[in-house]
Amino acid sequence: MPIEVDGKILETDEEGYLANINDWVPGVAEVMAKEDDLELTDEHWDIINFLREYYEEYQIAPAVRVLTKAVGKKLGKEKGNSKYLYGLFPYGPAKQACRYAGLPKPTGCV
Amino acid sequence: MAKANFEVPQLQQYAEVPAIEPGTMSHSKPFVAKPEHQEPLGFPGELVENWQEKALEKMGDLLQRYRSLRVYLDACVKCGSCTDKCHYYLGTRDPKNMPVARQDLMRKVYRRYFTLAGKYFPKLVGAEDFTKEVLDEWYSYYHQCSQCRRCSVFCPYGIDTAEISMAAREIMDHIGIGQKYCNEIIGKVYKIGNNLGLPGPALADTLEGLEEDVFDDTGVRVRYPLDQEGAEILLVTPSADFFAEPHVDGLIGYGKVFHEAGVSWTLSSYASEAANFGMFIGSYENMRRVAQRIRKAAIDLKVKRIVFGECGHAWRVAYSFLNTLAGPWDFLDPRYPVPQHICEFTYELIQQGKLRFDKSQNDDKVLTFHDSCNVARASRMGSWPGGQFDIPRAVIKAVCNHFYDMDEETIRERTFCCGGGGGLLTDDLMELRVKGAKPRVEALNNVMREKKVTHMAAICAICKSQFTKVLPYYGMEMDQIVSVHQLVSNAIILTGQRTEDEAA
Repeated sequence: MPIEVDGKILETDEEGYLANINDWVPGVAEVMAKEDDLELTDEHWDIINFLREYYEEYQIAPAVRVLTKAVGKKLGKEKGNSKYLYGLFPYGPAKQACRYAGLPKPTGCV
Repeated sequence: MAKANFEVPQLQQYAEVPAIEPGTMSHSKPFVAKPEHQEPLGFPGELVENWQEKALEKMGDLLQRYRSLRVYLDACVKCGSCTDKCHYYLGTRDPKNMPVARQDLMRKVYRRYFTLAGKYFPKLVGAEDFTKEVLDEWYSYYHQCSQCRRCSVFCPYGIDTAEISMAAREIMDHIGIGQKYCNEIIGKVYKIGNNLGLPGPALADTLEGLEEDVFDDTGVRVRYPLDQEGAEILLVTPSADFFAEPHVDGLIGYGKVFHEAGVSWTLSSYASEAANFGMFIGSYENMRRVAQRIRKAAIDLKVKRIVFGECGHAWRVAYSFLNTLAGPWDFLDPRYPVPQHICEFTYELIQQGKLRFDKSQNDDKVLTFHDSCNVARASRMGSWPGGQFDIPRAVIKAVCNHFYDMDEETIRERTFCCGGGGGLLTDDLMELRVKGAKPRVEALNNVMREKKVTHMAAICAICKSQFTKVLPYYGMEMDQIVSVHQLVSNAIILTGQRTEDEAA
């Protein structure tokens, strides 16, 4: 189902992930969050931005532990855990946050 | 947790066989593979024009290749033993999820085209033409079987529905109707080396992070080596162990055990996956191709032993088929089993008194153990019948003070599938997964009430991910599911480890 962002129509796959990662603009995350009835805060953006940086370097979303560690370092130890991430992204950091960040969905037994 | 757009079953104190409700799951089907998911596996990209002819040709081929398939299709006497044994039937009430009904979807086609009576008197013997409607039903209901083989335990003829559903998926793949989840993943194994598509540098970065974490926690430099030529042991583990929770806590545990055992070990970036989804889609060729990667890694890295991490179906492939798929393994050390399960490895060290534990580190938990179907019913551990049930429990009891089993009817060879096995662990099948988990979650719920159990341990990446996702639908916490080697990791005392006072 395509989504409309800043007046442009962007292709997505069956599960709502961007078909082309290069299409991503911050508005993508805003539009997707709106569909999920979620308001993006600075805390969400911290995660989304980290995911995009990591992906750029490694061509894959970070492992949950890599992500929680990075969050812990940046925002304090009490936030460096999955509970914090699920609090922000109820569908799961890997699946919901990656989608907002324009990354492909992590596959496999996860 | 995600909101459910379907009715989550109510848990009951006693397992109840529900009255049938025809068609409740006829809408359920996974996303179909696109040409780019099909072609790297050697399958046509989309439904071929003469699909019926091609499907029957493939069915004939499989009937020739696997005598078992023909026997299963011939032998059923409709005794009804299997009808209330499938977790998907118990959770969905859809009578087509009774194992016999699932088998009949293929049996009626088999009879029509491959038996004399069915060719001439189809109506008398329940034979039916292979129409597009029948094909659609195949796609739906052969993707509502997790190939857990519980029904076969109760079938007086030993009919194995898993083999029938594997054959059905193989036939569908050959006419261009594959399942996206499985086939995309197999493609990633070929292209990148694992189900996740985790490239070498990301893997190295992740492992380095684990070394730091363990050092910060314990003050001991436990290594998580990658591509280390000449190591004694090659560890082959599901890529979820690098990526997800609680899987990674298990991986940390394997590393600590190897460290204390004083053996050198390595992971391989080339064979960075234990899972072999070739089995789920019933494709011998793909299963072999995936398994061959382990052989190549073992030769290239000049290892002497192969140990598998916590992965259910991988252990079936490893234990039951690895020798014919990727053997002979004559270059490995003959004093050790080929391959060996990480639980066997840890168990032996425990027996020899080589590991020290502080069990109180797990005192915040009361444990139970979920037998994963492929380990329970399709493989073994140790040298005695039932070792696959005893060894993981013995490991847990060695590291935890509080352990209780769930109801006998739901464990060991009668264990219930987690609801996400057999290539169904995909979000597009969430309703099926939640409903299919009901019998297991019910048994868990009962020991939570009666024995104050707080956590359930498992040795399968699929089970761990499945429970992480579905337990919240039943009002439980996602982190109630743990890895067995996570418990080991919590309790193990590393030589030279910092004491808690020092840490503080």
